[in-house]
Amino acid sequence: MKIKALTDLQQIKNQAVDDSTMRDINHTLTVNVHQGTCGTASGAKEVYGVMVRHSGDNAARIIQTGCPGMCHHEPLVSVTQPGSEPCIYGHVTPDKAQAILTSHLENHAPVTEWLVQPNQQLQKRITLANCGVIDPEKIEEYIAMDGYFALAKVLLEMQPIDVINELKASGLRGRGGGGFPTGQKWEFAHKAAGSQKYVVCNADEGDPGAFMDRSILEGDPHRLLEAMTIAGYAIGAGQGYIYVRAEYPMAVERLKWAIHQGQETGLLGNNILGSGFSFNLDIRLGAGAFVCGEETALLNSIEGKRGEPRQRPPFPASSGLWGNPTLINNVETYANIPAIIRQGASWFSSIGTEKSKGTKVFALAGKIKNIGLIEVPMGTTLRTIIEDIGGGIPNGKQYKAAQTGGPSGGCIPTDMLDIAIDYDNLLAIGSMMGSGGLIVMDEDNCMVDIARFFLEFTQDESCGKCTTCRIGTKRMLETLDKITTGQGDADDIEHLESLAATIKNASICGLGQTAPNPVLSTLKYFRPEYEAHIFEKKCPAHACQDLLSYTIVSSKCTGCSACARVCPSSAISGKVKEPYAIDQSKCVKCGLCVNKCKAEAIECS
Amino acid sequence: MPYEIDIDPAWGAAIDRIIAAGAPEQGLLNENCLQRSSSLIQILEQTQKEIGYLPENVQAYLANKLHIPLSEIYGVTTFYALFNTEPVGKHTISVCMGTACYVKGAGEIVAEFERRLNIEAGQTTLDGLFTLEPCRCLGACGLAPVLTIGDQVYGRLTPADVPDLIEKYYLPTKGEST
Repeated sequence: MKIKALTDLQQIKNQAVDDSTMRDINHTLTVNVHQGTCGTASGAKEVYGVMVRHSGDNAARIIQTGCPGMCHHEPLVSVTQPGSEPCIYGHVTPDKAQAILTSHLENHAPVTEWLVQPNQQLQKRITLANCGVIDPEKIEEYIAMDGYFALAKVLLEMQPIDVINELKASGLRGRGGGGFPTGQKWEFAHKAAGSQKYVVCNADEGDPGAFMDRSILEGDPHRLLEAMTIAGYAIGAGQGYIYVRAEYPMAVERLKWAIHQGQETGLLGNNILGSGFSFNLDIRLGAGAFVCGEETALLNSIEGKRGEPRQRPPFPASSGLWGNPTLINNVETYANIPAIIRQGASWFSSIGTEKSKGTKVFALAGKIKNIGLIEVPMGTTLRTIIEDIGGGIPNGKQYKAAQTGGPSGGCIPTDMLDIAIDYDNLLAIGSMMGSGGLIVMDEDNCMVDIARFFLEFTQDESCGKCTTCRIGTKRMLETLDKITTGQGDADDIEHLESLAATIKNASICGLGQTAPNPVLSTLKYFRPEYEAHIFEKKCPAHACQDLLSYTIVSSKCTGCSACARVCPSSAISGKVKEPYAIDQSKCVKCGLCVNKCKAEAIECS
Repeated sequence: MPYEIDIDPAWGAAIDRIIAAGAPEQGLLNENCLQRSSSLIQILEQTQKEIGYLPENVQAYLANKLHIPLSEIYGVTTFYALFNTEPVGKHTISVCMGTACYVKGAGEIVAEFERRLNIEAGQTTLDGLFTLEPCRCLGACGLAPVLTIGDQVYGRLTPADVPDLIEKYYLPTKGEST
């Protein structure tokens, strides 16, 4: 149907409430199969198929939603009996699906041994509120959760400057990188001269280990559409572009569908809700270049050019797409807007710390039990995130570091676990918020190797425009390669520090300016590890293969010959029932012998 | 000035279709050359989907049709990782090398593929069946280490899973049915 006025929105919402009441009266079971990228990759589609086939005569309503954030338990299914809390099942297979459905339909009881515990007590979900709750392909479900009411309020009750003032008062800062105050950015674009302006969404989520934007696009795409339309009204733009990376096919499909629905209902297009304001949205696909997450490179890419950053100033707010004033925010930033408009700036600014308001979504990954997406108030400590929400480190290993901010960020050591996470605290300890990837590392991860990994990344992704970034990152990578292969020299650390300073000072965009951070932060907190590689030619974490040496402890060796038989380079020799020995000149350090030895006689150092 | 390009007529026809299909929507028929070049990345992407890769004659053909200098098209094609100027295998194995996958052993998965397929990362097998391509973060960190073969995502892998994955796609009929 066409939504032409506020009353139409209200009617759709009322209908949704009525439907839900009817379901409660009829005792209809709701089975929610979560289908984000992770879910479908783990088999959620098959589970969904089984549920639909066995749903009985509509005794169970089977719905599909996006990701609820508990990635480690995928595929996930939530079953809600009328009047009670949802039962959440993890690692659901088609067989389990049938059993779960039968148990709820026939016995009205959950299958307790397959239940998983949600860890939401310490979380506060604003941007992720609908993810995993509503069907992202149905606009009515978004409207039922108060969706598009913020847009209605803005268009029918507020002037553009009111919207901007509300945002400024909320204290919202950009969630994609530097944390620039969002209201101020909108104000610049609003005040910029020009009849043609654009609103752009940066959905080129390139930071490895960050996937909150994907989750919002897949699980709640209308939230972004609503926010961008509000932005269009606030700055005076009639056209928006969503720049999304091609690596996210499901997100692209759901966005396309959401835009289609927006156009069909009239919530996008001409004269929205009878206000006289018109706004259109198009999608532009990224083509696999990390640097396009930098706002000016992204603009070049939308224009169909090589994604090389532009010199700033002029900033995009005054000269962006095709030289016109352009507002750029990322997905998570926009995702906060509808709630701020609906619930007010003072509500939003009551959450968080003095200078960082609201919540932040973190993607927990790496060596942590509860991998997934979490949303916590700003100021939550790293310890709470890792130990209480994340469940700690698996396999009885020790925490070593958490990496935030992706290739622009740094590693946070154990003794800083209690700092309250916000923009300024992270910067002060040599890391940054970035997009919110949080990768946990344990004692088996070598910090020099991790620094090398990030340098390899930035070196490969450097667009080549600035000499310092293009050549400097290459030289840094070569030095790290030397160190991790046992050829490090005494002056290498100094060399790295001097290169880092030059790259930071003389590169024009964020990629180059922050590229040395992973090296600088690991040098700051894990310097002895660098020194062990350089001076002792040892890797304390036993991760750098070239620095390992395997020896057989004669007193433990039973002379069974298992190691000699498995050795691919014939480096192990000896007589049966006598201690064997490894010829270091032949050893290729593959570690196969260690796994084979039942007497645990082979030591790695 | 338009000039003759030596190109497979079927390819030429495919590109003409792509340009024609995008014409009204993307403003290709528009005199505004800003809008025309704005669609370049989309057109290259669709062309690659159709033809498989973007060799020089395809780029020249596009340059001719779109009135965009070949140097500019070459610049864009070689800038973005998505575009290939060399033919790729029937199945592209994209192993995610994001941080989460890396700390959980993605490097060992790549090494196992290299060993089993007897190629190095970035190369294509001699039979043209597989291209091994370490790639940027797929954003499925909950399934680390993860990879895609075509549109299919495989997660929570160990090197021991590699032979089965190869086997699955080795017999073409099997691979296509998944």
